[in-house]
Amino acid sequence: MINSTVAEISAALAAGDISSVEITQAYLDRIATLNGELNAFITVCEDSALLAAKAADEARANGLDSPLLGIPLAHKDIFCTKDILTTCGSRMLHDFVSPYNATVVERFNDAGTVLLGKTNMDEFAMGSSNETSFFGDVKNPWNTEYVPGGSSGGSAAAVAADLCAMATGTDTGGSIRQPAAFCGVTGMKPSYGRVSRWGMIAFASSLDQAGPLAKSAEDAALMLNVMSGLDKKDSTSIDRPVEDFTASLNQPLKGIRIGVPKQHFAEGLSREVEQAVSAALTEYEKLGAIIKEVDLTNSHLSVSAYYVVAPAEASANLSRYDGVRYGYRCEDPVNLEDMYKRTRSEGFGEEVKRRIMIGTYALSAGFYEAYYRKAQKIRRLIKDDFDRAFTEVDVIIGPTSPHTAFKLGSKSDPVSMYLEDIYTIAVNLAGLPAASIPVGIANGLPMGMQIIGKYFDEAKILNVAHQFQQHTDWHKQKSPAITAANGES
Amino acid sequence: MEWETVIGLEVHVSLSTKSKLFSGSSTKFGAQPNTQASIFDCALPGTLPVFNEEALRMAVRFGVAIGAEIGKRSVFDRKNYFYPDLPKGYQVTQLDFPTVGKGALTVTLADGREKVIGVTRAHIEENAGKSLHEEFSGMSGIDLNRAGEPLLEIVSEPEITCAEEAVAYLKKLHTIIRYLDISDAIMAQGSMRCDVNVSIRPKGATELGTRAEIKNINSFRFVEKAIHSEVARQQEILEDGGRIIQETRRYNADKDETSSMRSKEVANDYRYFPEPDLLPVVIDDEYIAAVTAQLPELPDARKARFIEDYSLSNYDAGVLVSSRELAEYYEIVATSSGDSKLAANWVSQDLLGLLNKNNWEIADSPIQAERLATLIARIKDNTISGKIAKTVFESMISDESDVDAIIESKGLKQVTDSGEIEKLVLEVIEKNPAQVQQYKDGKEQVIGFLVGQCMQLSKGKANPAQVNELLREKMQ
Repeated sequence: MINSTVAEISAALAAGDISSVEITQAYLDRIATLNGELNAFITVCEDSALLAAKAADEARANGLDSPLLGIPLAHKDIFCTKDILTTCGSRMLHDFVSPYNATVVERFNDAGTVLLGKTNMDEFAMGSSNETSFFGDVKNPWNTEYVPGGSSGGSAAAVAADLCAMATGTDTGGSIRQPAAFCGVTGMKPSYGRVSRWGMIAFASSLDQAGPLAKSAEDAALMLNVMSGLDKKDSTSIDRPVEDFTASLNQPLKGIRIGVPKQHFAEGLSREVEQAVSAALTEYEKLGAIIKEVDLTNSHLSVSAYYVVAPAEASANLSRYDGVRYGYRCEDPVNLEDMYKRTRSEGFGEEVKRRIMIGTYALSAGFYEAYYRKAQKIRRLIKDDFDRAFTEVDVIIGPTSPHTAFKLGSKSDPVSMYLEDIYTIAVNLAGLPAASIPVGIANGLPMGMQIIGKYFDEAKILNVAHQFQQHTDWHKQKSPAITAANGES
Repeated sequence: MEWETVIGLEVHVSLSTKSKLFSGSSTKFGAQPNTQASIFDCALPGTLPVFNEEALRMAVRFGVAIGAEIGKRSVFDRKNYFYPDLPKGYQVTQLDFPTVGKGALTVTLADGREKVIGVTRAHIEENAGKSLHEEFSGMSGIDLNRAGEPLLEIVSEPEITCAEEAVAYLKKLHTIIRYLDISDAIMAQGSMRCDVNVSIRPKGATELGTRAEIKNINSFRFVEKAIHSEVARQQEILEDGGRIIQETRRYNADKDETSSMRSKEVANDYRYFPEPDLLPVVIDDEYIAAVTAQLPELPDARKARFIEDYSLSNYDAGVLVSSRELAEYYEIVATSSGDSKLAANWVSQDLLGLLNKNNWEIADSPIQAERLATLIARIKDNTISGKIAKTVFESMISDESDVDAIIESKGLKQVTDSGEIEKLVLEVIEKNPAQVQQYKDGKEQVIGFLVGQCMQLSKGKANPAQVNELLREKMQ
């Protein structure tokens, strides 16, 4: 049952075919078998998970029923979890135990989910390969010589390898969508403001957004139903009624207008990804969709603008890690300056330090106008491009990543790593919702397709994703290694 | 060479909101260290600010009170620097879009001259915590109770030309803030602090000289002294052919001198940028109108009304409105006693004298307004003389009983029985034949001496007007 979707497990739990304790134990066993190799989890909460599963079963016995009751999940280790280690993939927080729960965690708890553990990630969500984690690389379940993508690589790998039924992630420049593409799962970054950021450790506040990583669009919709909604503790969360995202999944796509940005099919896109996405567009046409080319004129500026705005915000967000109140502190500081310097030099990894430096530089006196201000202007232009496109189309579809997962250790140049997010970053800059769903397999590795929607139009994206998944089975494909470990043929 | 001084003041006022600027922690003064520090105040990972709108209301209240432009869209910024009592590693403040824009204060100087001093802006920001270096050997203690408390930083134009004007500006600011009830503004407790920017230039020059900033001065008197000493220091340097360095200095009251705090080499680049965790604060005309409608009567308006309604002198009215509590006290005394001028004298001289001597606030006064009004009423109805009233006033400090009871029990009631007074008068005439003769010879002023003798004889209780009248009658 561990390879089933949330919707299927939920039905089995409701029918009494399986208990939450049983399915939880099955995932825990699976983690015990595979996590050593995949390194998807930083923390596994065996005891508390079984207790929560027992409580869920009791609640069900007492007549309670809700779609996620008793469903085992994993949280990215960026979400604060009360009394459970929250490391953010960093030495800086390697021993940090949060005294409070993130709103996302709280909402899943209230829905009766079972927390299996905390997933590995790039340090402070800075990375596209999960190689910057203090807790070691995560391996791609499809081929352990390859990266799972990042920064929510642990969550994507855990879902792909059936270590959990579903997982949370966060996406600042592509950190849900790109690992979803690399691991062959469904991931979604909601509109900025849709999901509360309270308790989600900040990387770049104006871009960060939490979202689901799941085995299907339907599962993502079920998760989003729980995660979304106004939170007074996050001033940037938006007061909009939360619809039932599963309600419009089955809407027919006849007449829907799909925009295809020519900039996303230009130089740099691998042949196999192009072919896979094109095939998907053909499938959509069969379903009655109208395909139109759209022009995202300024999309070539998105990576540059992002690597000013995100590091600038990060440089301030990460100032609190100073060794004074919690987290890592260097040994025997001789004075305050020594404590600051060594704590931060030793506590942060290379990529985090690089981005703090970039951000600090971009905000420095004399450079602010040339970098930060200009980047904000570009952000505006990028948003205008989308607004214009969305007057003509309902959703925009393209590749999530230019290629399939790359080999661990193969990208040593930071800029080539930054270019990994070339198709995903603009969406964050514009604050829009977007999903990545599996669209094919090449060289034994999955590929992802990105579906971008209008602001707060997650339901439409999920509808478009779900319809594709009703007519294709790319999302059901498993790595042969995983299938073997499942004991299936 | 003749020099002129240019001063600009930056005043930090702690807004008296119940909770902090961005968290629900209490702002109560004097709690045990770190008992008023929430997870946000400690800058735990993942925590976010939520703006306390009470701080906005208070800032706007101040803005409309000084006739300032109100920012309809104020934006918070992060000011980045590392210090252990700054938990987030940045202070949230307002850089380009403050809540309060240009306004002005009118101050009255000792010679009666009025001067308008411009306020450049006033912005909302959060306070830092406190570092305690003394109590922990080899370490520093951090108390975050104060971290995140709301401050209003009020920046003046560099239009202040001497220490007296600076103090007058500060006192006026203090008065207005207290009237508005937006802060305790107690300098000794740090709820009002002042940074002074001082520069000097040759008289008549148009360009400003290089300024020094004297940080964190915590009394009006020290502001005055610090300016004097800093001006003297700068003058001496310039006259010796030296140059002033732009720097931050501190004032040492014991030595009465300023000294350098940090040099330019370590000057911070604060790398301001808009705070992405908060939305811009947008208000409309309706909001401003509502705050304006709730403004109390302000000191200038109250002063004009006191002059008009109570026939007070400009000076007396100025003294009486200098604090809201004093003005309210006076108004009770004036209306209840029925003599606004007598009330003004008693409040501004006797009462204030008593309070100042004991370092009391109005609220600490052992003589409440109603009691003082009764005392004045007893002078008016001739129960006691003005002189006896001073004795009663003294008794009232320690004796809480009713004013009439004090007069009665001490036998201080004025003698108005004409028979009694006639006895006194006759006795004095008999004992002072020489003076009586002088009076009869036309030396009118001798009457004063004779009245005095009668009063002495009555131990001050005789009604002086009656004595005067009867003396004249008997000496005809």
